[in-house]
Amino acid sequence: MKLPIYLDYAATTPVDARVAEKMMQFLTMDGEFGNPASRSHRFGWQAEEAVEIARSQIAELVNADPREIVFTSGATESNNLAIKGAADFYRKKGKHLITVKTEHKATLDTMRQLEREGYEVTYLEPQTDGLITVAMLEAAIRPDTSVVSVMFVNNEIGVVQDIAAIGELCRSKGIIFHVDAAQAAGKLDIDLQALKVDLMSFSGHKAYGPKGIGALFVRRKPRIRLEAQMHGGGHERGMRSGTLPTHQIVAMGEAFRLAKLEMHDEIKRITALRDRLINGVKDIEQVFLNGNREHRVPHITNISFNYVEGESLIMALKDIAVSSGSACTSASLEPSYVLRALGMSDELAHSSIRFSIGRYTTEAQIDHTIKIVHQAIEKLRAMSPLWDMYKDGVDLNTVAWVAH
Amino acid sequence: MAYSNKVIDHYENPRNVGSFDKDDASVATGMVGAPACGDVMKLQIKVNAEGIIEDAKFKTYGCGSAIASSSLVTEWVKGKSLDEAQQIKNTDIAQELALPPVKIHCSILAEDAIKAAIADYKQKHGG
Repeated sequence: MKLPIYLDYAATTPVDARVAEKMMQFLTMDGEFGNPASRSHRFGWQAEEAVEIARSQIAELVNADPREIVFTSGATESNNLAIKGAADFYRKKGKHLITVKTEHKATLDTMRQLEREGYEVTYLEPQTDGLITVAMLEAAIRPDTSVVSVMFVNNEIGVVQDIAAIGELCRSKGIIFHVDAAQAAGKLDIDLQALKVDLMSFSGHKAYGPKGIGALFVRRKPRIRLEAQMHGGGHERGMRSGTLPTHQIVAMGEAFRLAKLEMHDEIKRITALRDRLINGVKDIEQVFLNGNREHRVPHITNISFNYVEGESLIMALKDIAVSSGSACTSASLEPSYVLRALGMSDELAHSSIRFSIGRYTTEAQIDHTIKIVHQAIEKLRAMSPLWDMYKDGVDLNTVAWVAH
Repeated sequence: MAYSNKVIDHYENPRNVGSFDKDDASVATGMVGAPACGDVMKLQIKVNAEGIIEDAKFKTYGCGSAIASSSLVTEWVKGKSLDEAQQIKNTDIAQELALPPVKIHCSILAEDAIKAAIADYKQKHGG
């Protein structure tokens, strides 16, 4: 078996070979390298046509109108544009925003910036299963609430929020509703004709497209307005200036087209692999699956191995590429803020690993992973003073630790 | 994060993992750190009648650098008198293992573990 095994698809996916093939046709002199904004010659017209086809492909995956898709550099930019753009445009309505503590940093840091600019933000604390309820949101809504932002699929634990119900509530109150769907597109069915979502962020590289490209859905009916955050040539209906990267857009379009075609088969296959992984490790003592069991995507599985520290576990799983928390935070020594927001203790949060499965994961890879996890847990627990204490019946909460 | 070869060696082949009977009069235990911080080190030393550390064992919950730091100090304290062991500095540990700045706390914890074990020994034996 080829090592290491990649089980970090939630951090990024490889570009599908079919997508890369398509992308390469839009770069060189022999290809269609033109600027889609060039109106005076064929090079521009062809590039523009390619961009519009891709725009339709993206819209089709989520049942939206192509005119509702705005290209950005990625989901981080989409989140920034959606939240800042809507908060700015609708600031006369109010300066109160609502989001959730377990959102991606691209949302949380955007909210923090808006707080510095004089907005007030409420951060909802999810239940211990990672979900928020409509009642929680309703209780936080004020007359001056202008924007609510909730992610579709959590990037660390994979839970799926009830976007349909949250959308109904926001629409009934006349509040703009933004959804970060970076981890959701191509992983579950999204129907923007049915969902009362006003703004939705997408990423290319989480769905077998390239990095550096994303999109923002901006609803036309009822029409949502945004204050542009990037100024220039007035591209993308004035919402996002900057020359469109044709090759990346075409690639994202192709990736989303393939997702629409293959998503349902892929979900079945990945669910089977996920179940195989969970069944393979669930008999280890003191192992916990994090997040709601039912409302989740199969791609992301977050497991706590109590009394084993996450970073050393990742080191022990050296031929398996997994992460503790999201890639954006794994350089820090802090335990995952997402797991902490679920009310999990620091030590259990420190002991958690995210396994994310994708298009190229095989049964043999999962079986190898299970074997390595068993070996690693055994080795590290044999070395863990906490494990000894647990086995001796010591309640770790009653120990007077000498913190440093 | 890339680990130094020495950290990887100690992590993959940790020296002196285990425990002594804590009720044995010649054994002293130092346990430092906290689960909430992501590191707990337990260092045990066995001291002979001449006051020389003749054996040492550790158990550590923590990252690779924490495990390597504790593994290294079990090697270093063996054969030393309590006073000599007391002189081991976290900077020496960090240097030996080429710890990056974010992992310096692991070497500090290892030094603390030695000092805690020595203090435990002195307390057991009337100061």
